[in-house]
Amino acid sequence: MRFQKRHIALLVYILFLLLPIYWLFNMSIKTNTEILGAMTLFPDNPTWANYATILTDPAWYSGYINSMIYVAINVVISLLVALPAAYAFSRFNFVGDKHLFFWLLTNRMAPPAVFLLPFFQLYSSVGLFDTHIAVALAHCLFNVPLAVWILEGFMSGIPKEIDETAYIDGYSFPRFFGTIFIPLIRSGIGVTAFFCFMFSWVELLLARTLTSVDAKPIVATMTRTVSASGLDWGVLAAAGVLTIVPGALVIWFVRNYIAKGFAMGRV
Amino acid sequence: MARIDLKSLAHSYFPDPKSDEDYALRRMEHVWEDGGAYALLGPSGCGKTTLLNIISGLLTPSEGQVLFDGKDVTKLAPEERNIAQVFQFPVIYDTMTVYENLAFPLRNRGVDSKRVDERVREIAGMLDLSGKLKQKARGLGADEKQTISLGRGLVRDDVSAILFDEPLTVIDPHLKWVLRRKLKEIHNKLRPTMVYVTHDQVEALTFADKVVVMYGGKVVQLGTPQELFENPAHTFVGYFIGSPGMNIMDCKIDDGAAWIDGQRIALSDRHLDAVAKQTGKIELGIRPEFLKLETGDGVSSDNGVPVNITKVEDLGQFKIATTRFGSSDIKVKLGEDTQITGQSGVLRFAPEWTKLYADSQLVA
Amino acid sequence: MNKITNNKAWFLVLPVFFIVAISAIIPLMTVVNYSVQDIFDPQTRFFVGTEWFEQVLADRRLHDALIRQIIYTLSVLLIEVPLGIAVALTLPRKGWGVSASMVLLALPLLIPWNVVGTIWQIFGRADIGLGGYVINMLGIDYNYAQNPMDAWITVLVMDVWHWTSLIVLLCYAGLRSIPDAYYQAAKIDGASNWAVFRFIQLPKMQSVLVIGVLLRFMDSFMIYTEPFVLTGGGPGTATTFLSQFLVTIAVGQFDLGPAAAFSLIYFLIILLVCWVFYTVVMNAGKREEQ
Repeated sequence: MRFQKRHIALLVYILFLLLPIYWLFNMSIKTNTEILGAMTLFPDNPTWANYATILTDPAWYSGYINSMIYVAINVVISLLVALPAAYAFSRFNFVGDKHLFFWLLTNRMAPPAVFLLPFFQLYSSVGLFDTHIAVALAHCLFNVPLAVWILEGFMSGIPKEIDETAYIDGYSFPRFFGTIFIPLIRSGIGVTAFFCFMFSWVELLLARTLTSVDAKPIVATMTRTVSASGLDWGVLAAAGVLTIVPGALVIWFVRNYIAKGFAMGRV
Repeated sequence: MARIDLKSLAHSYFPDPKSDEDYALRRMEHVWEDGGAYALLGPSGCGKTTLLNIISGLLTPSEGQVLFDGKDVTKLAPEERNIAQVFQFPVIYDTMTVYENLAFPLRNRGVDSKRVDERVREIAGMLDLSGKLKQKARGLGADEKQTISLGRGLVRDDVSAILFDEPLTVIDPHLKWVLRRKLKEIHNKLRPTMVYVTHDQVEALTFADKVVVMYGGKVVQLGTPQELFENPAHTFVGYFIGSPGMNIMDCKIDDGAAWIDGQRIALSDRHLDAVAKQTGKIELGIRPEFLKLETGDGVSSDNGVPVNITKVEDLGQFKIATTRFGSSDIKVKLGEDTQITGQSGVLRFAPEWTKLYADSQLVA
Repeated sequence: MNKITNNKAWFLVLPVFFIVAISAIIPLMTVVNYSVQDIFDPQTRFFVGTEWFEQVLADRRLHDALIRQIIYTLSVLLIEVPLGIAVALTLPRKGWGVSASMVLLALPLLIPWNVVGTIWQIFGRADIGLGGYVINMLGIDYNYAQNPMDAWITVLVMDVWHWTSLIVLLCYAGLRSIPDAYYQAAKIDGASNWAVFRFIQLPKMQSVLVIGVLLRFMDSFMIYTEPFVLTGGGPGTATTFLSQFLVTIAVGQFDLGPAAAFSLIYFLIILLVCWVFYTVVMNAGKREEQ
């Protein structure tokens, strides 16, 4: 790779992206005295004490566990319902297909703030308030349409002849779908799971509204802690860093598909 | 138009090539005469596209020089070399009309708009695109898109050379003939230097005055189609050109003749003189067209080789017989009326068309 | 691809239909219900027709929030789209740099939105944040908690930081689909860098850019969490955008009727803009082909 001027521009941009994250990390391994004392690019006395605080206090770490649980449930539900639907959209014409597809996408355009109160009432009335499943279902509002959309893009790239050959060879639909088709769109499924993870993991508003204690997500723990306990900057920074780690890990696994995924499989 | 010289040219995709195998293009000296129509023929991976890209300037060779009319252009970028190139798959500027596509190479060079219009209409006329000039290129079929790519290659009349990199791959067979004839016409009329890369011998032989055959990163023969057929300079040329290709067999020279699996094949003095100095592996080659197969009772095996006939294919205008003796399969091309009787026969080799190769190179 | 007509395909779509219907239609009906009634308690409610809509549409605070929202969203698009394209053009086409750039670029997208707010809340502070500290060192009086302009710019920079990568990745996907032969042909045709961009790269990025602009429009129009954490909508109302305003009247003041009416208007604006944009782009595409 020849080094060119444009690479310098790229490095500057990446520096711009990383600097605030670095600063968060930098702060998370400082003591509060140092944070409030002097401006230091590197901590004088690096300490893991802030992380220890979080990992030993159930009020903190249960937030992570809760988040993981509802994100996982959401990813599973989204994929399970979206896979057959995306197949239907990519292979068949049926009554109302265009309208249905458009209606699904409009849900991606609904401001979560609009649904706060109705969701709260709906889940309270059926006794699901403050459960993981409530948050997972609420996130389906935007993740399921997204999953259908991405998967449909990937599936349209698979020639229809493969389906036809399989049926001629005597495969039933479920067997064909499970043993032939799913393996063919593995990367598409991976990318879809990534996006569902991403949007469920980063969302705060619905997750906070639908939970109080038992299923309270880490993102809510953070905002509440800031307002309640005054400003323990070090712990707050450490909690922030810990919310970045799962995302960073997940990106690493899909790094080769990420560009195609962001284009919804449509390039 | 220009004469192109390649001087001790070699190219490797590795930064530090050690053995011959590291070279995509072995060291070569070569001249493309001004106004010639050349085909560059060879199998996939033989280095033809590498060579083409070096001429056009998309690649800088690791060794040697490229001269246009004696001027060293090795280090010049493609746009400074004044060259046109057409690629294997259509390259179309989607958002432009057909007219704008054709005008693009001219406008980029600041040609005045009257001249642009003249040239575009002339080329569009030659390629039957006149009716489509106002259309957006995006909506056209692959054939038409590739025709436009060809047009963009032809539109400049001041280029040093026009290079074609398997340009008709995506075109359907009928249109292939039409376009190839068009190219030939354009060449006859304007005499540009044209280099046409292909792996299809029919395409090469019908398009070009001179065919350059490449194999394993080397030019193995340059010649007219007839020379390639009658006098292949390398066993690869014999095998690659012609359908079926030349029969090539290992042989030993002894007692004033060639011996293949214990069978004697008579040679002329010309053969014997030339081969006497050779030390490498000797092979004997003969084209299926120059073999005679005699069958029936009472055929004498004097001055011939007795063979078993394993297969006869009738291809309409001619027949191909596959014959066998010892461990060699030999194909013979027969007239369509030839009658084959029995499972055996006698092959006769025409000495003037029998070729001897030492280490794959023609010796006589 | 020509598809077969088969209405049994509905069975495959049913699960999606139900799960989204539960999450979308029932709440939406609740919202519609609220928007036309005055509710004192679950038993006492009156039908009020379009009163809430009229009240909301006449609300000065809403007008201000809407104008702020429009200016903000336009700024976001005008900065992020060109910047995203520019960054995508600088990305390497092969080698180890590709994976590294992908991971680093995608990182901000995977950070919970409130943490994004927290990161910039810290980074921008003059006492403990590197960014705020450096700006003040340069002699510029900067304080996003007190100066409305500073707050607005900080929210905008935060959005650029957070979301430009989305445009970059989309454009990069488009750029990667261009075969090498296009660049080679352009070189031989003597095209300038600008012409390569205008006639090869931009057309290939067009469809992904439509997705990108739509997503960035929707999400920036719905932005809530990041400014909520960073500035709480202040100072004053400098960074109170539509969602923030909605949450204030719905949860803060518990004015359910106006909040519901406002929700519907809000949703319709987004739908309308997306639909118009999409239709215009698609028609332009079709016209071009003829």
